[in-house]
Amino acid sequence: MAETALPSGAAARPVPAGAMAARLLSLVAVHAVLVAGAVFMLLPFVWMLITSVKPPAEIFTAQISLWPKNFYGVENYTFALSQAPLLRFALNGLILCFGILAVQLLVAIPCAYALAKLNFPGRNVVFVLVLLGLCIPVQVPAMPLYIALAELGLLNTYFSMMAPFFLSVFAIFLLRQFFRSFPDDIIHAARLDGVSEFEIVWRIVTPSAWPAIAAFSVFSAVAHWNDLYWPLIVISDAKMAPPPLGMMFFADAETGSNYGALTAAATVLTAPLVIAFLIARRRFIDGVTMTGVK
Amino acid sequence: MTAVAQGAARSRRRRWIEQATGLGFALPALALLFLTILLPLAVLLYLSMTNYEFGAISADWVGLANFQKALGDPIIRRSVVNTLVYVAVVVPGGVFGALLIAILVHGRRRTRSFYEVIYFLPVTSTLIAMATVWQFLLHPALGPVNAVLRSLGFGQIAFLSEPTTALPTLAVIGIWQLLGFNMILFLAGLSAIPRDLYEAAEIDGASNPIDRFLTITWPLLGPTTMFVIVTTMITAFKIFDTVAVMTRGGPMGTTEVLLYNIYLEGFQYFHTGYAAALTFIFLAFILVFSVAQTFTLDKKVHY
Repeated sequence: MAETALPSGAAARPVPAGAMAARLLSLVAVHAVLVAGAVFMLLPFVWMLITSVKPPAEIFTAQISLWPKNFYGVENYTFALSQAPLLRFALNGLILCFGILAVQLLVAIPCAYALAKLNFPGRNVVFVLVLLGLCIPVQVPAMPLYIALAELGLLNTYFSMMAPFFLSVFAIFLLRQFFRSFPDDIIHAARLDGVSEFEIVWRIVTPSAWPAIAAFSVFSAVAHWNDLYWPLIVISDAKMAPPPLGMMFFADAETGSNYGALTAAATVLTAPLVIAFLIARRRFIDGVTMTGVK
Repeated sequence: MTAVAQGAARSRRRRWIEQATGLGFALPALALLFLTILLPLAVLLYLSMTNYEFGAISADWVGLANFQKALGDPIIRRSVVNTLVYVAVVVPGGVFGALLIAILVHGRRRTRSFYEVIYFLPVTSTLIAMATVWQFLLHPALGPVNAVLRSLGFGQIAFLSEPTTALPTLAVIGIWQLLGFNMILFLAGLSAIPRDLYEAAEIDGASNPIDRFLTITWPLLGPTTMFVIVTTMITAFKIFDTVAVMTRGGPMGTTEVLLYNIYLEGFQYFHTGYAAALTFIFLAFILVFSVAQTFTLDKKVHY
């Protein structure tokens, strides 16, 4: 893709040996930096996987070894899975992410279309409010929302975990940008054919914005699978916990003594998203480029 | 005549339909905006002027006393300072580290996606789970980091329980978490720089990589860099997860950060009124960063 590699340019014309050596040296230096950084990035993952298959005797020594002498993976993982409902945490995370995303898209798509293509009174006010909303992280309305949910008796429910995120002003903003470039002629033609606005939005305009919707979906899922702050506030029942909160409960219960089981649990709860990333690598990376906001 | 009148009536009717559908389409979003942002903000403002404690029957109006208390509270001052120190470490490390890696990765062809995946991996991982692993990695007696330090002849360091090292350690973990995210943004910015500019620069004599970086890459990457700096500032300012799991504000308050204190006051001690005032202080910082973000976002996103 990127036509930049050093050797290919070098091959085109004869190069003196000194310059060749210099290029080789710089190539080695570049990879040395990249590999050193990569080791830093991967270290926790590698250590997590290794520790999760080590017996306690090998964990609690000052000696570092890269592979256990006695494979203890089965014991660690069965212990972690029996001590904490890890699969339930993962399921909660899945329900949470899908529930939030579904409502976010159902609400944001029509609004983004209206802002992009329809003239209606108060359109500018709505857009200014959307921009304002972009500046307000969930930690700000958290306390009033918590009080309201507590008064309504809704704490420890999926609804309470999802409610603050139903509106994504960011989705509205992103999709509005996308919809604006949709050709007006097609919309006019559809209207003349008697297609309703509702159908125009969902049948004609929305499919054209598929890349933006996919990018946003990835962004939303990663954010909510990994969010701790809000679940920590509204969830006290371990059965309802999404992965980060579940991990916290589990770590507290284990009080840091059983590292084999802790890392096994960490592996189980990190795996779904990491595997999804490895499968749909391009989607994730395009998603970041397109949304660019955390 | 009548045809014109009919046409006018039809277009008026169409405009009316457009206005009605526009409002109708925006309505669910507006309702949620009101319920989850505007109304809570108003309630928060009211709460910040009372001494309400969650669960209490009544509350008294105290005016600006909560804000005065917050500004004079040494714990809050310390947590603001800690948060800003954290931001001051994470932003340069997370932005310029990512820029360096992005430039190096951008020049690779066969290994590019390999490095992309590795550097991006921490972004998708669950920070809370990885925080537990980091805790173990940095364990004074059992962790491999200290084992390496010992074998190199250094003494062991209790990274997370030493007042001088705890906050910098969290900052390094913060950089670890967001480096790949920033790298991807920089890679997108680098791909947008036209190739022939570099060739032109080479003809003009800017042949060494540093010259090329200073004359082309750095200026053309300006908007991306601005954007990355601002988003990193916001992300770093919201530090909470690693503190909540790894240090809980300790040792000796050296890792108490603003959001963690708000969480404690609001949801552990239930000093609701006071926490509401603290939230506005938090919001003030975020707003300063966010206004900059909204401007850079508006410039950056155009399809």
